[in-house]
Amino acid sequence: MVEGTLVLIAKAIVIFVVFLQIVPIVLLGERKILGRFQSRIGPNRVGPRGLLQPAADVLKLLSKESFTPQTAVPWMMALAPVISIVTAVATLAIIPFGPVGAWGGGFGLYGIDVSIGLLYFFAFGSLAFYGTMLGGWSSGSKYSFLGAMRAAAQLISYEVALGLSLLGVAMTAGSLSLVDIVEHQSGMWFIVPQFVGFCIFLVAGFAESARAPFDLPEGDAEIVGGYNTEYGGMRFGSFFMAEYMEVLIISGVGAACFLGGWHGPGPDALAPLWMLIKILLGAFFFMWVRASLPRLRYDQLMSFGWKVLLPLATVNVLVTAIVLVVT
Amino acid sequence: MTDWRSAAKPIERGPEPGGLGAVYRVFGETLRGLKTTLGRVVEGHHVIEYPEEKTPVYPRFRGRHKLHRFEDTGLEKCVGCSLCAAACPAKCIRVVAAENTPEEQVSAGERYAAVYEINMSRCIFCGYCEVACPFDAITMGNDYELADYSRSDLIFTKEMLLADPPESTPLRREGE
Repeated sequence: MVEGTLVLIAKAIVIFVVFLQIVPIVLLGERKILGRFQSRIGPNRVGPRGLLQPAADVLKLLSKESFTPQTAVPWMMALAPVISIVTAVATLAIIPFGPVGAWGGGFGLYGIDVSIGLLYFFAFGSLAFYGTMLGGWSSGSKYSFLGAMRAAAQLISYEVALGLSLLGVAMTAGSLSLVDIVEHQSGMWFIVPQFVGFCIFLVAGFAESARAPFDLPEGDAEIVGGYNTEYGGMRFGSFFMAEYMEVLIISGVGAACFLGGWHGPGPDALAPLWMLIKILLGAFFFMWVRASLPRLRYDQLMSFGWKVLLPLATVNVLVTAIVLVVT
Repeated sequence: MTDWRSAAKPIERGPEPGGLGAVYRVFGETLRGLKTTLGRVVEGHHVIEYPEEKTPVYPRFRGRHKLHRFEDTGLEKCVGCSLCAAACPAKCIRVVAAENTPEEQVSAGERYAAVYEINMSRCIFCGYCEVACPFDAITMGNDYELADYSRSDLIFTKEMLLADPPESTPLRREGE
């Protein structure tokens, strides 16, 4: 549907501001929850019960120097975090929070409803890797370079599986628009008929957001910090923030495609709340997995992606197609 | 002579990575790992929030030294014999003795310690001084918060050792 420019601008600002507030909450939540998973308390010194910890983190990053090594390509190094954060923020636009008219008025609670929603998500997801790759490559250090190469290999291995896992959903819903996909789940969430697809999406989503156990591009134990080794200050902060945005986006797309999006008990006005709860549950799962699973070895990652995930995703699509044709 | 090849145990390998067996095993182990960490959350944390909450020590814990007085007369027990300084492996005790006079009776014996200093930055808390003392004038206390900003602050004088520590360290019973 066509919406006025002013409405679009207002929505863009609201989405950006809201997510900018959610990221520090998730950051604090991650440190707290990770602590609990490790029989610790987590940060509890800054402010009451450590609630101001993200503010302290950001202040620290802001006051630090944005260092550029001599061997680096400065303009490219400055560009990389921008790419990361722009792609992350751009993807936020398609995450649906509620149907048209949920809060009255003729507008839907989402940034834009593009007919190519999932393609848009994949496109920006792939672009986000350019941030990682360029950042690692232009830093001019060995560790960063290794991280960048790993990021590139990981992208190739998991992007395909991620795409195929969502293809089953797109075929069942008969649309690529996330809003249409959510509308289709009013009866039954797609996690039931597309359970295999959901599992594949989860694994590939972890790889896509480069989080544990697929955080090979970062690999802080073996290649220092991977692509962000040479970054400091708010440039590093941008990478960091993009990573958390990516977590929220993967959770958001997962919630919209498999967990029924904004559907839940109660009136339509509660739709964004349900969506938010599902996203945060997804983020919690990300943290849980990070606390539990060790990082995969590089060849394990590769063979898992190509030999297991890709065939499984293909079979899933095939079965879905046959079932759709037969019924 | 047995052939070592037949005696050697065959190497046990896990399932081929990428094979179906490996996928099954990885899935199961992943779930087990997730269950383990969630168990830690349910169990609760094991943190003693240190500055607010101190770890209790056992009564025989060897912490900061204490010099003692007689409770009835208030006279110092130390007679300045320097046996503690002689026993000290770290050579961190310095004692300078002086004669008691009828006008100024400091200790119960003939002499008293005019200077009694323990250099806490050198002390290894072995407790030999306590063992060496014939009058039980020096004992090891229970306080372990001894950090300070400069080395000279870590030389404890007689007055500091005679005074009670500002904060008492919680005790736990033997065998707890």
